[in-house]
Amino acid sequence: MSAIALQRQPARAAAVRRVVGRATLFLLVLAALWGLWEGYRWLWMREGWTWPFVVDDITLPPLQNIFGALFEPARVNGPLLITLLWHSALFTAREAAVGFAIGASVGFALGVVLAHFNVLQRGLLPYIVASQTIPIIAIAPMVVVGLGSYNISAWLRVAVIAAYLTFFPVTVNTLRGLHSAEPRALELMHSYAASRWAVLWKLRVPAALPYLFSAFKVAATASVVGAIIGEAPSSIPDGLGGAIINFNQYYSLQPANLWATNVVAACLGIFFFVSVVVVEKLVVRRAPEHLA
Amino acid sequence: MTDVVVSIQKLSKVFGRGNLTALKDISFEVERGEFISLIGPSGCGKSTLLRIVGDIIEPSTGAVTVNGKPARRARLDRDYGIVFQSPVLYDWRTVTRNISLPLEMLGWDRGRRAKRVKEMLQLVELEGFENHHPWQLSGGMQQRVSLARAFSFSPALLLMDEPFGALDEMTRERLNMELLQIWSEIGSTVIFVTHSIQEAVFLSTRVAVMSARPGRIAGIVPVDLPQPRTAATREEPRFFELVTQVREQLHAAGADEVLEEAALQ
Repeated sequence: MSAIALQRQPARAAAVRRVVGRATLFLLVLAALWGLWEGYRWLWMREGWTWPFVVDDITLPPLQNIFGALFEPARVNGPLLITLLWHSALFTAREAAVGFAIGASVGFALGVVLAHFNVLQRGLLPYIVASQTIPIIAIAPMVVVGLGSYNISAWLRVAVIAAYLTFFPVTVNTLRGLHSAEPRALELMHSYAASRWAVLWKLRVPAALPYLFSAFKVAATASVVGAIIGEAPSSIPDGLGGAIINFNQYYSLQPANLWATNVVAACLGIFFFVSVVVVEKLVVRRAPEHLA
Repeated sequence: MTDVVVSIQKLSKVFGRGNLTALKDISFEVERGEFISLIGPSGCGKSTLLRIVGDIIEPSTGAVTVNGKPARRARLDRDYGIVFQSPVLYDWRTVTRNISLPLEMLGWDRGRRAKRVKEMLQLVELEGFENHHPWQLSGGMQQRVSLARAFSFSPALLLMDEPFGALDEMTRERLNMELLQIWSEIGSTVIFVTHSIQEAVFLSTRVAVMSARPGRIAGIVPVDLPQPRTAATREEPRFFELVTQVREQLHAAGADEVLEEAALQ
């Protein structure tokens, strides 16, 4: 027992060092970006350069204004901007999360079906690719109006739009991942007279997991973007999309509010991405060199 | 009357449009409990022959019967255990769950699986590594997991395709001993592909020497070394006589590549 305790201690110390190292790196990069932003402002304003655009407090507000705006009331006697944006972010997060879940499930199921039926794959894949070339703002009104007639609540309609952006990378990577199983491993299953179903769940899907998680990372951020964009044609004021449209109209007066909203939207995207990474770490057991 | 497990009759395999004859007119029988090695130069079709017996690929002409059944029927009845040159373990499964994979396919319940896995781990001396993942093990240990998996459900016939070919000499000799021990305890019939003469003689009850292009059986050498074989077996005069005999057969079959390899060892 003491031997185990002795082994644990250095492991924990190493973990602490790793976390400290990561945090330091994060802060250093943040400081560098901050310096870049402010340095750019200072240089362009001092020299009066106008290319690629004129730099002043409207086009490129100082960062302290942007972060400061978060802790000021958005309108007189109203709640702080950050409180407002927190609720907007929660609203959008729900749309994005449900959209991600729908998109990932549909995308995976589609990938499995296409992987098993070559004819379908050749027949349908062009249309699936085509579906992604149509801009989301062209699809959104149809989804919003179309599903509206079924009495589906507005946020769920936005989730469907988010799912539309989400399913595609999952389908493509599912297809690739299911075909990534080693030929010898497939022969082994063949020698056990394994059914297609058993081969799928005991070999092909586990082998596909690293590919699936790569897709989930792309899909997670895409679902946030989809939810924000989807709010516009639905005229939903409660989410980050609504906030962006609102602050757009007051940009020349309060540019920092829009920038602050962008920061919150970015944080939401990062949160979604990191959530996928954490789940991947828990689920995917692979040799370190085989992890993407 | 003899108890024949594998019967191969006039088997041929032609790849492509008839321009590559991999196997020609192969016929032999394997009796229950035998350990037969296939040895020959690379490209003589020994792996192809093994894969035809295991119903992984189909012969062009001729037939294989296993336990009196066609090869396909035998596969569907789960009569085969297979060990490849690479261990082919599932990275996402622990050692325990890798070994129990075929048992899951056979529909064994959890308790029965756990009991058998424990016995197999003991047999391949991997107790204490139950919850390791394959990439945490050395190459030799990985191949031992692969052996445990293949023997776990006591298949009627074990097909081994150069299972120790990628291992160093020390590990290979140790695993040879372990394999013989498992074979004698579980009592399976084994067809073993190798290009090491020493390994073939040490392990087998018979050695089938193959020639290349087209692959055919050039001769069969019965190995009358006493069982159980031990480290001392490798130093007996009879062992060297048999090694020489196999080498001469290979030479007669025009298998100079194997001889070069043997000379290097």
